[in-house]
Amino acid sequence: MKQKLIPYSITLIFFIIFAVFFKSLKDTNIYTPKTKINDDIPIFSADLLFLNENSTTTEIFELDKFYLLNIWASWCIPCRDEHPILMSLSKNNKLTLIGMNYKDNKKNAKSFLDELGNPYEKIIVDNNGTNSIEWGAFGVPETFIIYNNKIIKKYIGPLNQELLTEIQKTIK
Amino acid sequence: MKIFKNFIIIFLLLTFNNLYANENSERNEITKNLRCLICQGQSVYDSDSDFANSMKILVDKKLDEGLSEKEIYIYFKEKYGDWILYDPGLNKNTYLLWLLPILIFLFGGAIIAKSFILKK
Repeated sequence: MKQKLIPYSITLIFFIIFAVFFKSLKDTNIYTPKTKINDDIPIFSADLLFLNENSTTTEIFELDKFYLLNIWASWCIPCRDEHPILMSLSKNNKLTLIGMNYKDNKKNAKSFLDELGNPYEKIIVDNNGTNSIEWGAFGVPETFIIYNNKIIKKYIGPLNQELLTEIQKTIK
Repeated sequence: MKIFKNFIIIFLLLTFNNLYANENSERNEITKNLRCLICQGQSVYDSDSDFANSMKILVDKKLDEGLSEKEIYIYFKEKYGDWILYDPGLNKNTYLLWLLPILIFLFGGAIIAKSFILKK
């Protein structure tokens, strides 16, 4: 019995190691952030673009309303691509669009919006990128759907037609 | 001679006033333990990307607000998940990572001990 114990245990160890490696074989080693989240929105105050005033997130985001927060910059090329989609979303009266101008200067931001249209009701200024980190963002462009002060969805990268229909379904 | 003595005392007192270049040491230590999520294999401390620079500013801000090192890790973990920490805590996703080496070590020890006892 004792002599049989060692081969049995060695087989068992090999089996465990095999199982661990086999499991991780199928896992992706590229980091993919969660897109379905239910986190509270961060509370902070920030300056608003073109308005010369300071506002807090609790003032901007009211309860029982759908909000879309879009992080953008005039120097970001994908932001230019997704802009028509934001323009069409801004026509939807169930959704309020809030922009966050990421590491940009006022003049360029203004000419960007003059050229392509302004879909945002309010624009938060994020000069040093800390506000977007508070939101758990990675860079530009990034979009959050907010309802009842909770982030219900997060889209990393530019929006496209497919995501547009998904957002429209979410806010129905 | 007395003037010389006084001069030496003043000189010694002044040399105690050393300046160190470690004002950012706490921030550096924290950022070394945070992964730069948009870089490959770099910590926030090592990276000079937009994301990492903003993280550094935010760590400074949180330290000014009086948060401890641990609280800052928890703060970032809530925002970005376990992946942002280089030293993940023990939870249901990482228990195998932490416990398997210990288990194998104990098992090996048991085999060795057993074979010695068997020999005797």
